[in-house]
Amino acid sequence: MIALVSVSVSHYLVVGAILFVTGVICMATKRNSLGVLMGVELVLNGANLNFIAFGSSYLRANSLGLDGQLMSLFVIVLAAAEAAVALAIALNFYNNHSTIDVDQASDLKG
Amino acid sequence: MMLLAAEVAPSFWHGFFFVFFALLTCGFALGVLFSNNIVRMAFYLVLSLGASAGLFFLAGAEFVGAMQLMIYVGGTLVLLIFGVMLTAQSRFISMKTPSGEWVLGVAVGGCLLLLLLSVAFQVKDWRTPRGKGGLSLEDSKTSSQIGMAFTGVRVDKLDQKNEQLAGGMSGYLLPFVIVSVHLLVVLVGAAYMARTKRRATATGAVG
Repeated sequence: MIALVSVSVSHYLVVGAILFVTGVICMATKRNSLGVLMGVELVLNGANLNFIAFGSSYLRANSLGLDGQLMSLFVIVLAAAEAAVALAIALNFYNNHSTIDVDQASDLKG
Repeated sequence: MMLLAAEVAPSFWHGFFFVFFALLTCGFALGVLFSNNIVRMAFYLVLSLGASAGLFFLAGAEFVGAMQLMIYVGGTLVLLIFGVMLTAQSRFISMKTPSGEWVLGVAVGGCLLLLLLSVAFQVKDWRTPRGKGGLSLEDSKTSSQIGMAFTGVRVDKLDQKNEQLAGGMSGYLLPFVIVSVHLLVVLVGAAYMARTKRRATATGAVG
């Protein structure tokens, strides 16, 4: 049990890796375009967790310091911007095609 | 921080809460993955990201944890849930994925997970936990330092002796301005793109 030993950066990396892989599989398998968006959010959150872990002075002696936290704040803001634009595109697609199935979005197919 | 309280088995509670929040985060992330219902997926995503804010607090990043709760869970996910509600017709609520795609996705994702897990334990500096000592609770007060770093002053790196590195300690003012303007442009563009179209009349009179 990890609870008996101290937490290290590797444990955070494991959680981040699981979030990242879950998001990637989510992006690959979901047919609902909003499900794909949720996969993107999971991926960004996994990356964010790694930034925090490497920046934490509680977990490692020579950590990134404040830079890790600053980078993760930028990631959070960019995730908000990405979600807004992607949602607008999804709603626009839904208005024009009356579906949100990503497999139906084949207008540009040659 | 529980880690710093020198009384009863401090590292135990830190590890206990880490395992608790890590299990919640990963469990609800898997719930997002394996649920077919889009409304349930949105709910599981809220819980997963909220639990990962707990991990941020445990790592000493209390400002980022608070921002995670406020911006991500309170803002971005509300936006996503509105998207779910606006498109929630009965045929889109539960969309089945073909099992062939499941097999392929889980196989590729499993390989990626194995790679990442093996890398996570490769470096000795990463897998050795930091011992006690040399840290105080004052070290975790980072809010004002983050604020100063965004306005261009790194108060945490003022004692940088290396001349070459000292030039790079000028803070994050330019990225902060860039990301602010980016957010403004993106939100205006999103509002323009997602607006309800007015049907063009034959006379062309558009209000």
